[in-house]
Amino acid sequence: MQQPNRLRPFFENISFDRKDNEMVINFGPQHPSAHGQLRLVLHMQQEQITKAHPDVGYLHRGMEKMAENMIYNEFLPTTDRMDYIASSSNNYGFALAVEKLIGLEVPRRAKVIRMMLLEINRLMSHLFWLATTALDIGAMTVFLYAFREREYLMDIVEDYCGARLTHSSIRIGGVPLDIPDNFIHDLKEFLDKFPQDLKDYEDLLDTNRIWKMRMEDVGVISKEMAESWGCSGVMARASGLNWDIRKEEPYELYDEIEFDVPVSDKGDNYARYKLYMAEMRESSKILYQTMDMYKKTQENNQTALMAHAPQYISAPKLDIMTQNYALMQHFVLVTQGMRPPVGEVYVPTESPKGELGFFINSQGGPYPYRLKLRAPSFWHTGILQDLLPGSMIPDVVAIIGTTNIVFGEVDR
Amino acid sequence: MRKYVPKDDVQKKPYYTDRYWVAPQVAKFDVESDEIFAADLAAIKAKFDVIEAYIQVEQMVVIINATDNFKVAKLLKEECAYNQLSEVGAIDWIAKQNQYEIFYQFLSMSKRKRIRVKCFLDVDQAVESLNPLFRSADWAEREMFDMSGVKVNNHPYMKRILMPEDWVGHPLLKTYPLQGDEAAAWYEVDRIYGKEARDVIGPENREPAKVDRYDTERFGRLGHEVPRGAEFKEDQPETPLAYQEDGGVFIVKKFHADDTVEITDRKR
Repeated sequence: MQQPNRLRPFFENISFDRKDNEMVINFGPQHPSAHGQLRLVLHMQQEQITKAHPDVGYLHRGMEKMAENMIYNEFLPTTDRMDYIASSSNNYGFALAVEKLIGLEVPRRAKVIRMMLLEINRLMSHLFWLATTALDIGAMTVFLYAFREREYLMDIVEDYCGARLTHSSIRIGGVPLDIPDNFIHDLKEFLDKFPQDLKDYEDLLDTNRIWKMRMEDVGVISKEMAESWGCSGVMARASGLNWDIRKEEPYELYDEIEFDVPVSDKGDNYARYKLYMAEMRESSKILYQTMDMYKKTQENNQTALMAHAPQYISAPKLDIMTQNYALMQHFVLVTQGMRPPVGEVYVPTESPKGELGFFINSQGGPYPYRLKLRAPSFWHTGILQDLLPGSMIPDVVAIIGTTNIVFGEVDR
Repeated sequence: MRKYVPKDDVQKKPYYTDRYWVAPQVAKFDVESDEIFAADLAAIKAKFDVIEAYIQVEQMVVIINATDNFKVAKLLKEECAYNQLSEVGAIDWIAKQNQYEIFYQFLSMSKRKRIRVKCFLDVDQAVESLNPLFRSADWAEREMFDMSGVKVNNHPYMKRILMPEDWVGHPLLKTYPLQGDEAAAWYEVDRIYGKEARDVIGPENREPAKVDRYDTERFGRLGHEVPRGAEFKEDQPETPLAYQEDGGVFIVKKFHADDTVEITDRKR
C-alpha cells in the first residue's frame, strides 16, 4: 500500500508491496558529503533506512601510539591534525592537559591571546560547518559567502602564526608570540562586519522552504539519547542539555567574560543550525571582550607570554642567547624533553565540535605512558547508528552535516 | 641494582636519565576534602569494595574490583547522577603485573563533577560491558578492544573499529612496535596476493622520499644518462646537459653560461 507524502508522490502502476525488499547501500567512504572518510552501510526498505552501521578508521594514524613515542612538545604539532578545521583548539586542549599535570600557571597575556585564538578557531569551524552543510543540502551561495568570511579569519590567524590550517599556535606553558600590531585592528574590522554577514546567511536560510524541509524535524536526538551517547557541544545543547564547559568548568579567563550559552530542546537539525548561528554571535561577543582584556594587559605592562618554570619550559629567547644556564636547560628540554610528575589527568575543553578531552598518564618519563584522546566527533559518529534508522536516504546527508564530524578527530 | 626493563617493551625509551633523579608526584588529596565526592564515595563504599580513592587534579579517582564495574556504573548513574560516560580506555601494565588498567570517565552535569573509575583486569579475563547503561560504551569498548585487546563481555557488536577486521595484534600494547609488526608490513600483500607473493612483490617502501641512484626505472641521473631500465655502471660516460633549442631556451634571455663567475671569496 502506498502512502504518498511530500517527498514521495503517488506512483501509478507500481507496487512496493514485495516482501523482503531490503537493499543494502554502501555510502562512502569516498562520498563527497560524508565530510571525510565515513563509510555507512545502510539497510533500506525502499527509501527508508532500517539499519545503519557507521564504519570508521579510514584515516587512522595512530596518534595515541605516536604520542607514547614522542616527547610532549613534539606531539603538539600532531594535535593539529585531529580537528584540522580548528587546530588551535586541539593544541590548546593538549597544552592545558600538560599544564594541569605539571601544575603550571600561565601568564595573563598568554591566556588572553589563547582565548582570542580559540574563539577565532570556533568561528572558523562554525563557518566551515555552515558552508559545507549548506552545500550538501544545495545552498551553494551560502557556501561561497561563508568561505569568504572564513578566509578573513584565516588571514588573521596567518598574521599571528604563519599557518592557515595547522596552526600549532599554542605552546605548553603559554603562547609562542605576542599578537602582531595589526591583529586587533583587523579583528575588530572583521567583527564589526560580521553581524551583517550572519544576517545575510540567515536571510538566505532561516525561512527558506527547502532548508526547512530538510532540517526541521529531521535527525531528532532526544535528551536521553544525547546523554547516553556522550554527546557534547552543540549536539548536546540542541537536545536540551545545558552544558558548555567554558561556562560550567571554566578554564582560562572564561569566568571573567560575559557570554550566553544558547540551548534548544528541539533536538533536530534545525535546532543545531540555529545554535551554531547563535554561538557565532556569542563568540564575537567574547572576542570583543578579549580585545579589551588585551589592552588592559598592555596598560598593566603584563608582557610575559610563557610561564616561568625552568624545569619544564624553556626560558625566553633573550635569556637563552645571553645566559649559559638557560641555554643548558633549553638544550636538555629540546633533546630529552620535559619530565612531568608521576600522575594522571583528564582535562576536558570545549572545542568547536564538543568536549575535547586529553587523558594523560605520566610515569615521570619524557614520553607519556598513555595518552587517550577523547574526540567529540567519535561519539557523534557513533550516534548515527541509532539516529539514522527510520529516516529517509536524503536525510542522511543532512544529518551527517549537522553532526559536524571531522574525520581527523574520529580516527585520530 | 639496575632497573628492570621489560625486554619486549618496544616503546621509545629516554636515552639518558640521571641516576639520582626521583620523579615528583602529582598531588593526591583526601576525598573528604570535597563534600560531593565524599558522598559519592560513601555511596560506592556502602555496597562495593573500594581499593583506593583520592582526588587528583580536581577529579575523584576510585579504584574498584574489575568484577564490580557494571554495578558501580549503574549506581553512579542511577543514584549519584553521573549521566554521561565520556571516555573509556585501557592502560597496558602487562609487562609489570600481567594486567590492564581500565578507566571509565564519568561526568555529572547536575553536580558539575567528574569521576574516574578504574579497575585492574587480568589479561586472560574479560570485563563487563557498560553498553546497557551508556550507549557511548558501545564504541568506546570496541575501540578499547581494538587498540589494547581488552575483551568485553555482553557487548552487542564486538568488532574492531579503527583497524581493519583482519588485523593482527593490538597497536596500543607496549609490545607492538610503532612502525607496525611483520603482519602489518605485509598486510596488503598478504590480503590481495597471498603470502606466497611476498618474495615477488618485495617489502613496502616506507620512505616515500627515498632516492635510489642505481634504480634507473624510476630515477634519471642528470649528466650521466642511461636508457630507462638499463643497468647503471659506475664508469658511465658523462652526458653533458644540452638544450634541445639552438642557443638555449628562448625564455631565458639574460643568462649566458659563458659569462658567469664562480664566487670563491666570501668577502669579495
